[in-house]
Amino acid sequence: MTLMTATARKLLAAIALLGAAAALTSTVASAGVLPEDRADVLYHRYEGGGVTIHGPSVLVRKKLAEKYSVSANYYMDMVTSASIDVQVSGASEYKEERDQWSVGFDYLRGKTTYTLGYTDSEEDDYHATTASFGLSQDLFGDLTTVSMGFSRGNDTVRRTISNPLNPGARIIDPTFEMDLDRWSYRIGVSQILTKTLIMTLGLETITDEGYLNNPYRAFRYVDPEDATNFRLATEKYPRTRTSNAVALNARYFLPYRAAVFGGYRFFTDSWGIRANTAEVGYVHPFKNTPWTLEASYRFYQQDHADFYSDLFPRIDFQNFMGRDKELSTMDSQTMHIGATYEFGNAGLSFIKRGTFNVFYDRIQFNYDDFRDARDPGLIAGQEPLYEFGANVYQVFVSIWF
Amino acid sequence: MNGSLNGTWQIESSRTRAIIGMRARAAAIVLAAMTLAGCGDLQPWVKPYERQALADPIMSFDANPVSTAYMDHVFEAREGARGALGSAGGGCGCN
Repeated sequence: MTLMTATARKLLAAIALLGAAAALTSTVASAGVLPEDRADVLYHRYEGGGVTIHGPSVLVRKKLAEKYSVSANYYMDMVTSASIDVQVSGASEYKEERDQWSVGFDYLRGKTTYTLGYTDSEEDDYHATTASFGLSQDLFGDLTTVSMGFSRGNDTVRRTISNPLNPGARIIDPTFEMDLDRWSYRIGVSQILTKTLIMTLGLETITDEGYLNNPYRAFRYVDPEDATNFRLATEKYPRTRTSNAVALNARYFLPYRAAVFGGYRFFTDSWGIRANTAEVGYVHPFKNTPWTLEASYRFYQQDHADFYSDLFPRIDFQNFMGRDKELSTMDSQTMHIGATYEFGNAGLSFIKRGTFNVFYDRIQFNYDDFRDARDPGLIAGQEPLYEFGANVYQVFVSIWF
Repeated sequence: MNGSLNGTWQIESSRTRAIIGMRARAAAIVLAAMTLAGCGDLQPWVKPYERQALADPIMSFDANPVSTAYMDHVFEAREGARGALGSAGGGCGCN
């Protein structure tokens, strides 16, 4: 985890909660129909804000006896980080690795699909496990699908320290080990509205209890005696967090075989964060060719958490104090483009078809109350606001068999 | 005198609100009953043989699950919001 992963916790929480639902998502997707047999091999690369993260993701799904389906996903992050948090803290660039395994099992009975999932995420100083259960049911002539799910996560938070015997190396601090528990409840409805329009509505409540700090991150407070007017101290977070999110998505089939889609999500939590996410996109298969192009635009905006500040007046200003930029007032804009090339079985009898895909996303993050404190020549509170752009690349092959 | 008038007006006002509230509840119950009754006779207005457009892969909310999961992860790690990302899915009953 280390300071690097600006939100290692959230990241892991995301993985934990979404891991099963991510790799195994479509298992919950349509009751009455098990997901297709397929294999996906993906290489991902993220570059932005002094951080490079890359690695593979492999997913395999297979039906058994037309009633059962099993799936497995392996995902890896290889991180090299000299993020703004790392630089402000005075630490040097670090490298780390995270491995995640997910397995899933589906059972189809009539028009009901039952899903079980388990995810394990491991890095040197953070271990997360999540178990999930879900079911979905087709109703009203299969025009409506109702789904619901529950996940339970357990994380163990550790931290690294300098090795007393070898100051250049880091070891796990044997005196520090914290727990974090997580519960997630979700319901969703998918509704066919017309022959060419489908809509989904999803709600999810997530509750955390335990150590929600990042043990490496610090907040800033004013110290008039310091040359730059500030000092750093370890963040203090509440031990609980409950969030609610509701999302509405729609997809429309155009007469000339193309699709437009859009979605909106509203989010609020007990830390005072309110966020809005909106997305629109377009998918265009070219007639009589194996090519499909797609493009989308996503906008995200949030207000800061109650206990967030870029610069606190003093070290004991209030009970909880944080300076995680992911808790600040911020927005992001994402432009996505993608190209897909579809191929046949390539002479291999066990393959039905396959696709080769190249996706690129450009993300711009803008912070309204998080300042760039890297220049020691500037007075705290007067530095420019931070912003950065990120490039995200994905190359993957999918095969249906 | 004014106090008495005010008192009478407040009583009338609260009675009016109560009556409106009762009527609203009754209307909601009738509406719910009519809706539920309608469900019994609900016929699929999009027949299974009319769903070829919905069954097209470009209409899938999650055509590329490894890619979707990865991008969800990218955003969740860098933004404060979380959850409600997995769409309820296709649900079109078409294989």
